[in-house]
Amino acid sequence: MHLYTQMLLIRRFEERCAEMYALGKIGGFCHLYIGEEAVAVGAVDVLRPDDYIFSAYRDHGHCLARGSDPKRVMAELFGRATGLCKGKGGSMHLVDAERRFMGGYAIVGGHLPLAAGAAFAVKYRGGDQVVLCFFGEGAVPTGACHETLNLAALWGLPVLFLCENNRYGMGTPVERAVALYQDVSQNAAAYGIDAGRVDGMDVLAVREAVSKAIDHVRTKQRPYFLEALTYRFLGHSMADPSHGHYRTKAEVDEAKRRDPLLLLKTRLLTERQASDEDFKRIEQEIVNRVRESVEFADASPFPSEKDLEEDVYLP
Amino acid sequence: MASRVIMPKLTDSMEEGVVVKWRKAEGERVESGDVLAEIETDKAVMDLEAFASGTLRKILVPEGTTVPSGALIGIIGEPDEDIREIMSPSSPPSRPAERAKAAVSPAEPVAEGEALASPRVRTLARERGIDLWTVKGSGPGGRIIERDLAPLLTRSDQPAVREILLTQMRKAIVRMTTQSKAPVPHFYVTIEVDMAEGLRVVEESKKPSARASVSINHLIIAAAARALKQHPGINASFAGETIKVFSRIDIGIAVALDDGLIVPVLRDCGEKTLTQIAEEERALVLRAKNRDLSPAEHTGATFLISNLGTYDVESFSAVILPPAAAVLAVGSVRKVPVVRDGCVEAGCRMKVTLSCDHRVIDGAAAAQFLGTFRHALERAREL
Amino acid sequence: MKATYREALNQALREEMRRDDRVFLIGEDVAYYQGAFKVSKGFLEEFGPRRVVDTPITEPGFTGLAIGAAMAGLRPVVEVMTFNFAILALDQIVNNAAKVRYMSGGQFSVPIVIRGPGSAAHQLGAQHSQSLEAWFCHVPGLKVVAPATPYDAKGLIKSAIRDGNPVVFIEAQLLYPTQGEVGDGDYTIPLGVAEVKRPGTDVTLIAYSKMLLVALEAAERLAQEGIQVEVVDPRTLRPLDLTTLAASARKTGKVVIIEEGWPFAGLGAQIAESLYQRVFDYLDGPILRVTGRDVPMPYARNLEDAVIPDVNRVIAAVHQALYRK
Repeated sequence: MHLYTQMLLIRRFEERCAEMYALGKIGGFCHLYIGEEAVAVGAVDVLRPDDYIFSAYRDHGHCLARGSDPKRVMAELFGRATGLCKGKGGSMHLVDAERRFMGGYAIVGGHLPLAAGAAFAVKYRGGDQVVLCFFGEGAVPTGACHETLNLAALWGLPVLFLCENNRYGMGTPVERAVALYQDVSQNAAAYGIDAGRVDGMDVLAVREAVSKAIDHVRTKQRPYFLEALTYRFLGHSMADPSHGHYRTKAEVDEAKRRDPLLLLKTRLLTERQASDEDFKRIEQEIVNRVRESVEFADASPFPSEKDLEEDVYLP
Repeated sequence: MASRVIMPKLTDSMEEGVVVKWRKAEGERVESGDVLAEIETDKAVMDLEAFASGTLRKILVPEGTTVPSGALIGIIGEPDEDIREIMSPSSPPSRPAERAKAAVSPAEPVAEGEALASPRVRTLARERGIDLWTVKGSGPGGRIIERDLAPLLTRSDQPAVREILLTQMRKAIVRMTTQSKAPVPHFYVTIEVDMAEGLRVVEESKKPSARASVSINHLIIAAAARALKQHPGINASFAGETIKVFSRIDIGIAVALDDGLIVPVLRDCGEKTLTQIAEEERALVLRAKNRDLSPAEHTGATFLISNLGTYDVESFSAVILPPAAAVLAVGSVRKVPVVRDGCVEAGCRMKVTLSCDHRVIDGAAAAQFLGTFRHALERAREL
Repeated sequence: MKATYREALNQALREEMRRDDRVFLIGEDVAYYQGAFKVSKGFLEEFGPRRVVDTPITEPGFTGLAIGAAMAGLRPVVEVMTFNFAILALDQIVNNAAKVRYMSGGQFSVPIVIRGPGSAAHQLGAQHSQSLEAWFCHVPGLKVVAPATPYDAKGLIKSAIRDGNPVVFIEAQLLYPTQGEVGDGDYTIPLGVAEVKRPGTDVTLIAYSKMLLVALEAAERLAQEGIQVEVVDPRTLRPLDLTTLAASARKTGKVVIIEEGWPFAGLGAQIAESLYQRVFDYLDGPILRVTGRDVPMPYARNLEDAVIPDVNRVIAAVHQALYRK
């Protein structure tokens, strides 16, 4: 049930972000995670607090799944001083050091070497933490990705490379971008990295697959590449329509039939693990939480211009 | 829970949009993600999706209307909900005020041949009161460059070989003092200082247990520095259109040599302890007597002290050397009869005379400075 | 104690690695090969492969890895075989190393040193002969250091390693064999402090890295003409010690800046602008620059010699600054 609550939090939060962006309270780029919640929630649920997480620019869901305070996430999106990064990061650069959420990165593929670096540090110190690195299938062809996979395999770095294949790199479908598109995980297998695939819309399946993968990574000190097949219900970002440009409405509607929230809810109801009242209650709680986060963000001050040059250097 | 349907801002440049067609009717059930309407933006016609589920309670804007981004165009809620409150206009989104960037105007290009004098030359001329119209420039386009001022200056940072400087010393003193005495209106103020405490401090400092030994001169320098800090108008210079007040206290100490005199400069006296002053003065004077000072070390004093005390001189007045505006001439410490409580007794007194540049310093200011100086020197222990 | 520039670095890195277990060296051929320029000679034997890490030819990969390791608490020293190859890793250096601290609102720091040779040697051609310090100096969040002497190299690399910020540390192939006095034991030179390498009164020469040696040689020759040149070595390029540079400029009134890189938008242009802001009224003429010629580095020896500033060009510039024919 807590998985459902987490996914619902992300869903409602992201919906509110869309509204806030249209109102002009969130600026710049805003990449929403709607439809992909099962991957973040199922995966992060397996981690220990001392494990590390790296993500790309579609990071609201990962950050919330890790337990960051929605108020501080929304405040960061609003660019306020009370945000996670004091308003200096923004949507694509959410960071929560306390929870080892290492960011939020905007250069496609650019954060994969960083993830490998954190794993290197773990191994250097003889620890058993793992690094969970989220990225999209669009990042797989980048040089940084291949260099990282090679290094991870070569040196046995404890990284779980979690590829969220939502089939589109902005407007380009995977079959036009990745040579091995039919099974993207083969890219990793090419480096001798153990790989697997999972239905990214089914949160329980994701959790199971990630659990096995993390076990492999933690105990064998070897990397693992897990491809999660998922779908984003909205466009690449707020400026991009959800269909009509490079996706058909029919395709999007078809995907929505396997909405991760719907799948889990149906299963929980069928297996009588939860009731309609439970779902109504949770819906209300989540809506309240999200509303509070907007109110908090709205009431928060903007960062002072006096602090503009703070945090450029460690003094 | 009711939610607002707002005309969105879908691109950076979108200020307003047109509701082309409503795809749902008032009273119709909508689910989050359903298309509510078609909106024409500045770029294309896009679908407006619902962000919430419920009933489309109200359509507030008819088809074909243009509304600004952010305007309320509909309400979604439960069929029986009270939506009056949510129908009141929402506050406009707040944005930090746009900062007007100050335009930086590009520097005006200087035409060939128009540059009369280099910036350094202009500054030197101003400081020394040199009339540039009387100087011929040898630089490109007739530019007056530093070298052209050489005959008019005794700048120590000119390339000067030590030997040359020494043989020029007499000429330099002549030039400096003539340059000073003629144009600078001097006036003089004399006071007498009770040196009893000062002598005691000097004696005690000679003991092996003392931190360092100090002389009367060191006390005088320290007291002068203290007084200059409180009276910054004395630590200044006449600069033509302005009076330059120096932020650092650099005290020049006149040192007698066989064939003349040299004025080594103790830098930044305001920030030094008595012990530091004593150590540095001793080192400087030794080097001065050994003719071992670099040019930079004996120019540019902001205040001067000349002490003829060792020659048993009661008092005298000295000539101010630029760029300073004052010089303190110190006589010897003498045992003299003094009156205390109506009785005559033996006392220690020393006369000092302050020569001042009247363009920078007035009589009252000079007197006040000397008062502070005396106060500090008579409490020598606190220096 | 006399040592070469390369030995000074070897010593300093060794001492830092002994002092702090978090410090490790990573780069191409640093371990078994003993370092492309032998800076890490003997390291594998003393520290083992855990702390001296050979990498494949993957600059973005291993630079980014080092940055991630720094974020997770280690203190990597990344050796780039030359800074020409660092161009590949620019995305990691500029978008990650320089910005992580700021973007995260101070939650993370990147205590990383990226070091290697950063100017021309002899006839290595256009892709191996670049001086790119201006690129790194442009980026807030980075510090840039370019020592010219063995003494400075040792003291500055220690400070760079102990600094909690990303430091780009630029050495030079042709400096590695140069000899000089190196202090014994543990000493550091603070970043951001310039040094007057030769005091003078007539003109200020500002030069760093290899060009410092050219400046000093020119100063020697000019002394025979009776010209007393003051040579100032910035040592740290970002942040620049403008106080020392300006004091010298103010004293002499004449400034010549020497740099090996290309002229347009080179570092000397920034130094000149900064000095104009501070000492305009004390300049006897415009600030002059002697720079590499505005071309990709040619192969032919005579052409290459014409590109790189040499003693004669420096002397000519000094004469020009002093208005001598």
